[in-house]
Amino acid sequence: MGSYLVRRFLLMALTLFGMSILIFVMLRLVPGDIADILVDAAGIADPKEKAKIAKELGLDRPIIEQYGQWIGGLTRGDLGFAYVSERPAIEEIAPRIPISAKLTLMALFFSVILGVPFGVISAVRQNTTLDYSLRVLSLSGLSLPSFWLGLLVLMASVHWFGTIPIYTNEPRGFLQEVGLLAIPAAVVGFRSSALIMRLTRSSMLEVMRQDYIRTARSKGATNTSVNYNHALRNALLPVVTIIGIEAAFLVGGLIVTETVFNIPGVARFLVEAIRWRDYPIVQNLVMLIAFVVVTVNFLVDMAYMVLDPRIKYAD
Amino acid sequence: MRLRVAFAAGTLAAFVLAAAPVFAQKQGGTLKISHRDNPPSASIHEEATISVVQPFMAVFNNLVMFDPNEKTNSPDKIVPDLAESWSYNPDQTKLTFKLRTGVKWHDGKPFSAKDVKCTWDALIGQEEKSDLIRKNPRKIWYSNLKDVTVGSDTEVTFVLGRPQPSFLSMLAAGYSPVYACHANGRDMRSKPIGTGPFKVVDFKRNEAIKLVRNPDYWKKGRPYLDAIDWKIVPNRSTRTLGFVAGEFDMTFDSDVTFPMLKDVKAQKPDAVCEARPTNVNTNILINRDAPPFDKPELRRALVLAIDQKPFNDILFEGQALMSAVMLPPPYGLWGMPKEVLETLPGFGSDVAKNRAEARQIMEKLGYSKDKPLKIKVATRNIAIYRDPAVILIDQLKAIYIDAELDPIDTTVWYNKIQRKDYSVGMNLTGGGVDDPDTAFYENFHSASDRNYTAYKNPEIDALIDKQSAELDRDKRKKIVWEIEKKLAEDGARPVINHNVANTCWTPQMKGLVLQHNGIYNGWRFEDVWLDR
Repeated sequence: MGSYLVRRFLLMALTLFGMSILIFVMLRLVPGDIADILVDAAGIADPKEKAKIAKELGLDRPIIEQYGQWIGGLTRGDLGFAYVSERPAIEEIAPRIPISAKLTLMALFFSVILGVPFGVISAVRQNTTLDYSLRVLSLSGLSLPSFWLGLLVLMASVHWFGTIPIYTNEPRGFLQEVGLLAIPAAVVGFRSSALIMRLTRSSMLEVMRQDYIRTARSKGATNTSVNYNHALRNALLPVVTIIGIEAAFLVGGLIVTETVFNIPGVARFLVEAIRWRDYPIVQNLVMLIAFVVVTVNFLVDMAYMVLDPRIKYAD
Repeated sequence: MRLRVAFAAGTLAAFVLAAAPVFAQKQGGTLKISHRDNPPSASIHEEATISVVQPFMAVFNNLVMFDPNEKTNSPDKIVPDLAESWSYNPDQTKLTFKLRTGVKWHDGKPFSAKDVKCTWDALIGQEEKSDLIRKNPRKIWYSNLKDVTVGSDTEVTFVLGRPQPSFLSMLAAGYSPVYACHANGRDMRSKPIGTGPFKVVDFKRNEAIKLVRNPDYWKKGRPYLDAIDWKIVPNRSTRTLGFVAGEFDMTFDSDVTFPMLKDVKAQKPDAVCEARPTNVNTNILINRDAPPFDKPELRRALVLAIDQKPFNDILFEGQALMSAVMLPPPYGLWGMPKEVLETLPGFGSDVAKNRAEARQIMEKLGYSKDKPLKIKVATRNIAIYRDPAVILIDQLKAIYIDAELDPIDTTVWYNKIQRKDYSVGMNLTGGGVDDPDTAFYENFHSASDRNYTAYKNPEIDALIDKQSAELDRDKRKKIVWEIEKKLAEDGARPVINHNVANTCWTPQMKGLVLQHNGIYNGWRFEDVWLDR
């Protein structure tokens, strides 16, 4: 187990290193850089002014040198300066991380808390009206685009309550923050909950046809005990995998939700930074997301062992 | 006796009612406005977008400004700002300003004539080492400015190469604030200091721009507001819903399209909404230096194919203004009246006749229905650019031009145009001041950085210079119309229309006068107050 962990950590480091090269190169393959955009934004096309800005930002230096400077800075905790705001990148990124992290966790919580029980109910009550209703609900969750659903929620709120649940002021306390983030989290989590629900249902149905479930029933175990202690635990393995993948996908979903609900989180900021080719912001943020995804994958692998004691990772 | 008392009471009541607006202004309150996007920076001199001018103009002062209480920006309605008075020398080549005393920058340092010199030296590139301004999109505005000399702390003179009646108007524009000599460019781009009625507290990208009242503002009793809170809300639907729900006191300028206006008025009937030109015109870029449009006849055919009405009906519900380069009357001071405009190629009301003539030209050039000219119409990949491009493509079919949309990423748009890597392009052009100097020099003079199509016509250059130096306004207008005619005949950059859009605010917001021929002016907010 110990050497497995070491190997996993090394693999994580290697993945992140590969990602850093990929991000760095891909960003520079996209047409236009910050100098082009700053000058174009002012409606001018003066090559001299572009060259002046490019030199000021170090974009005229060899790409290897630029990469070395970025990685060197990262190891020292120096993320460089944002090109557009001309402030340290860490000052721009750091305050936005908790907002998106809370939103992601709430969305994930929402999707699990709805998806798993509804999936179980749907499987246990297979082919009943309740099952059909839940399946329709899950199908609508998968088919409704987040931005549309978000706008619909905003319009309904303005129409019926005369208020709009958007993030225009920093929340003054925990409860206010939860209140502000709950609706967007529900919107973004709705799609994931639908996916989790469908997977839980199919996984549960498969497990419930297994011999050991029949054995448990024949031994006189109650329905609740069979469904939740025997079936659900075994059915959760693929569900945990999908939750891990969904956690990464949620970050993508956040871009739309943060825009519609005007939440000043990381996802919207990342899109904005890509638009401006603000390399220090994009590189560091994508690295952060890569780190989160790699870590979540690792945690999912660890969760397998907890859920299924038969799984052992060889040394 | 009773009659006298009644008369006296009536007089008093009339006096009170008439005086009421004067005394009614209330001090205090935070004005909340939605902002459509992240301004590229806070440095007005470095940018060319309303996204920067509207929030940050209130931080600065100009030497002079267009009277904020007048709807039309006019050279006759320029009022003092940091300058108390101004005068020209007899040959109109030296413009001397007497400056206000006791004015302080937001950091407490005194304002002086040196600041004025610093600002314009940086703008005309005389201060090579100046860190104040990194780029200047309006260099061409000051091509006639030879020097700025300081007479004393309160006197500064602009030395011009020749008389230029528009010069004062350009100094009065929202794009011409005075910067502090002791500030550096980075600060001016992120948290600028000025002498204006509001100070910048914070400019957070993707979040907000917070301005607070400058308690040491030189204009006593102003501003009325305690603060202005600009919330950056990139999604237009969210912004509009926010305004309807009362989250914002005002929409971003010209943010409400005509279809949206109906929704706003239906959901918020007390909203005050005003439609006016955006100072932006939709125009066609034609690459005249490469085949096939290097042939003047082909350019003429393209111009004749245009029917402005569908553009206007589809995109603006018929509210846009038909015009050439200059904004038409009654909003603009220099545009042609309809009857004159209709004499220009492409503006006649008989579209069928124009197109028949265009088809004849095309046939002479060897094109027909079975053998159409295949081109691409390049445009920025943004809806406001793409939509008119699609209509143009449809109209070109009528004259045997089979065009295809070529949407270009906005980041490489100017690069592509500058490289002349296009045949036809759809473009939007805004103007900082309603004056022929800014419109013609920026877009059609061969020396301009913003003449994207690199249109070079020595005759037009000479006429632009001639009108610029003409002191008699009527004579100048005649030259302006002559330029318009030649540009239209040459298919230099055919204008489709001048866009019109709405700005809305709550009835509790008072004191705002929207400028009808200058969306980039009139955003000082010092006279705005909240009645609540």
